[in-house]
Amino acid sequence: MLQLEALRIEQGDFTLDADLEVAEGARVAVLGPSGSGKSTLLSTIAGFIEPARGRVLWAGRDLTHLPPAERPMSILFQDNNLFPHLTVARNVGLALRSDLRLSRADWTRVGDALARVGLEGLEARRPAALSGGQQGRVALARVLLRARPLLLLDEPFAALGPALKAGMLELVAEIADEAGATLLMVSHEPRDAEAICERTILVAEGRAEAPAPTRALLADPPPALRDYLG
Amino acid sequence: MAQRPLALRRGAAPAVLAGLAVAGLLALLNFGSLGAVAWRAETPGALGPADWAAVRFTLLQATLSALFSVGLAIPVARALARRSFVGRGWLITLLGAPFILPTIVAVLGLLAVFGRNGLFSAALALVGLEPVQIYGLHGVVIAHVFFNLPLATRLILQGWLAIPAERFRLAAALGMGPREVMGQLELPMLREVVPGAALVIFLVCLTSFAVALTLGGGPAATTVELAIYQAFRFDFDLSRAALLALVQFALCAGALVLAWMVAAPSALGGGLDRPVERWDTHARVLKLQDTALIALAALFLLTPLAMIVANGAPRLVALPAPVWEAAVRSLGVALGSTALCIGFALALALAAVRLEAAGRAGAAGLVEASGVAALAASPLVVGTGLFIIVFPVIDPARLALPVTALVNAAMALPFALRAVLPALRQSEAQFARLAESLGVRGVARLRLVTLPRLRRPLGFAAGLAAALSMGDLGVIMLFADQDAATLPMQLYRLMGAYRMADAAGAALLLLALSLGLFWAFDRGGRIGAAT
Repeated sequence: MLQLEALRIEQGDFTLDADLEVAEGARVAVLGPSGSGKSTLLSTIAGFIEPARGRVLWAGRDLTHLPPAERPMSILFQDNNLFPHLTVARNVGLALRSDLRLSRADWTRVGDALARVGLEGLEARRPAALSGGQQGRVALARVLLRARPLLLLDEPFAALGPALKAGMLELVAEIADEAGATLLMVSHEPRDAEAICERTILVAEGRAEAPAPTRALLADPPPALRDYLG
Repeated sequence: MAQRPLALRRGAAPAVLAGLAVAGLLALLNFGSLGAVAWRAETPGALGPADWAAVRFTLLQATLSALFSVGLAIPVARALARRSFVGRGWLITLLGAPFILPTIVAVLGLLAVFGRNGLFSAALALVGLEPVQIYGLHGVVIAHVFFNLPLATRLILQGWLAIPAERFRLAAALGMGPREVMGQLELPMLREVVPGAALVIFLVCLTSFAVALTLGGGPAATTVELAIYQAFRFDFDLSRAALLALVQFALCAGALVLAWMVAAPSALGGGLDRPVERWDTHARVLKLQDTALIALAALFLLTPLAMIVANGAPRLVALPAPVWEAAVRSLGVALGSTALCIGFALALALAAVRLEAAGRAGAAGLVEASGVAALAASPLVVGTGLFIIVFPVIDPARLALPVTALVNAAMALPFALRAVLPALRQSEAQFARLAESLGVRGVARLRLVTLPRLRRPLGFAAGLAAALSMGDLGVIMLFADQDAATLPMQLYRLMGAYRMADAAGAALLLLALSLGLFWAFDRGGRIGAAT
C-alpha cells in the first residue's frame, strides 16, 4: 500500500495537500487541470521534491528521505526517458546495473525484455533511429526489467497519436498486471484514465483527493472536475 | 529550502569538493603568485623613466590596436552582413583562425609581407616609396590588427545580424536609403557593440607579450610585459620585475573592470551563417565597395599565412634536429596542458552546476569566476610569481615545462569553461532526473552520461587548449634554458639568429601542429557524438 500521510508540498506560492492511500496492485489515474500539481505530486512520490511536511510510505516503510533510485518504484517522465547517446540495449540494461557492467546472462535478460515489448533485434540502435512509439516501448522494457512494485507514469506517451497511445497504455496495463505492480498514471485525458484505471485521484484547487472509482467520478464529476471537463 | 530536490543534497559532495579544490588552486595561481610578486617588490612606487615609458607604450599600442581593429572591422562586418557569396561561410570560419594561430608564426608571416624585404615593401618600392617600418610601434600595431581585426569583425557582425530582419523590411517599406538605414538601425547597434569590442581588444593587446618581444623592443617600443621579461632575463632584477608585474596587474584589472561596465560581448557565439536580406544596398557602387573590402580583408589575413606555407614548405623535411626535439617537447606540453585544462573545466563546471541546483548561486558564481579570472591575469605576472616562489627551492629551469603546461591550462580555461558549462547545464536539465531515478551517479554518471553528453564542447575546448598551448610563447621564456626549448621558443631563436629559412620551416611545422591539434580534438568530439 502507498500512503501519503498529511503530505504538504510547497513551491513558492503553490501548495498541494494530499492525505490518501493507494491499494497494492491498483491502477490509479491522477487527473486534473494543467497546473494543478499532478506532476508535482508524482515528483514528490518519486523523491525529486522534498515535501514541506508529511510522509510518503510504501508497505509501512517511510520513503520520505530516500533518494529516487532507492525507492521501490520506476518513473517515466514526459520526455527524456532514454539517453540518446546509449544504444537501446544499454538504455534497458541500466535497469539491472546503474554502472552497466552487465554479465552475459544480464544481456540475455535485456534481450528478453525487448522481445516482450516487441522490439526484438533492435538492441544496437540508438533511440533517434526509433519511432516515438518504439522509444516508449524501450522505456517500458526498462521498467519491466527493473521490476519495482510501484510504477509512476507522468504522461510519457503524451506526444503519441491517439491509436498509438491506446496501444501503449494497454501494454502498460499488461506489464503492471504481470508484475503485480501498482500503477499511478498522470493524465489530463479522462478517456485514458477510463481505459486502464479503475480508480482516479483528482488533483485540483491545492488538494489531491483520495482515489475514487473512475467511472462514477466521470459520470458525476465534482465542480472542480466539471469545470475542467467542460 | 524545503523544496530543494532531495537528490541534490546527497552524493553530490565529491563533485563539489573537486570543483572547490580546483577553484582554490586557480585562485592561488592567479592571485597567490601576485602576492609573491608584491612581497618581492621591495621599494614600492619606484618606477624609473624607462618603466613609465613602458607603461605609456603599452597603453598607446593597445589603444591604437583597438581603434584600428574596430575601425577597419566596421566596414568589413557590414559588407559581410549584407552580401552573400560563395565562400562566405568559409571566410567567416577563417576569421576564427587567428585565435588558435601561434603568435610567432603570424609575426613571421607578417615579416614576409611587411618586412624590409617583404612583398608589400617590394610593391611600395615599385612606385618609389620607402618600405614600411615593421619594427617598433608600427609593427606591433600591424600584428595586433592582424590578430584582432577578425575578432572585431566577428563581434560586430554578431551585432549586425542581431538587428531583426523585420526592421530592414520596415525600412525598405518606408523607402529608406543606405544613409537613413545607417542612421536609424546601424549606428544605434554600433554604439552598443563597438565599445565592448574595442575594450576586449584593448585588454588582449595589454597582455600581448610575444608580439612585443619579436617586433617591439628598445626604449621606444617596450611593453610592460616585455620589461618584466627583460628585468628577469637580462638584469635578473627580481624586485624590479615584481614591481612591473604589479603595474601590469593594475592595468589589466583596470581594463577588465571597464570591460565589465561596458558588458563585453562574447566572441564564441554562433549563428553567423546567414546574411540579412537588404533592400537599400543594391546600388552597383555599394556592391563594388563591399567586394573590395572583403577581398582586401581576406588578402590581409591570408597573405601572411600563404607566405609561411610557401617559404616553409621547402625546408620542412630538412629541419635541424633541435627543431624536431622542440616540437616533441611542445607536443608533450600541449597535451599535458589540454588534460589539465579539461580536468579543471569539468571540475569547475560540475561543481558550479551542483551548487546552482542546490540553490547556492553565490558559491556557484565564485567557482565559475575562479576559472575566468585568468582573463585578467597576465601569464608573465603569474610566471613571475611562480618563479619567485620556486626559485629558492629548485632550479626554475627544471620546472619550465610543467609550469608552462599549468599556466597555459589556466589561460585557456575561460574559453573551455564557456564551451563546457552551458552544455553541462543543458545536459543536467534534460537528464539529471532520469539518471537519479535509475541510480546512475558518481563515476558511472560521469562515464555513462556526463562525458558522452559533453563530447562536442569538450572536443572543441580540448582543441582550443591544445592549440593555444602549442603556440604559446610567454611564461616559458622566463623559465626555460637552452635545453628545454619549446617549438615557439626554438623558432624565436632561429629568427634571432637570422636563420630565416629554418625559421620558415619551423613556423610551418608549428602552424601545422597547432591547427592539426585543434582539428583532431574538435573532430574527435564530433565523430560518433549522438544528439
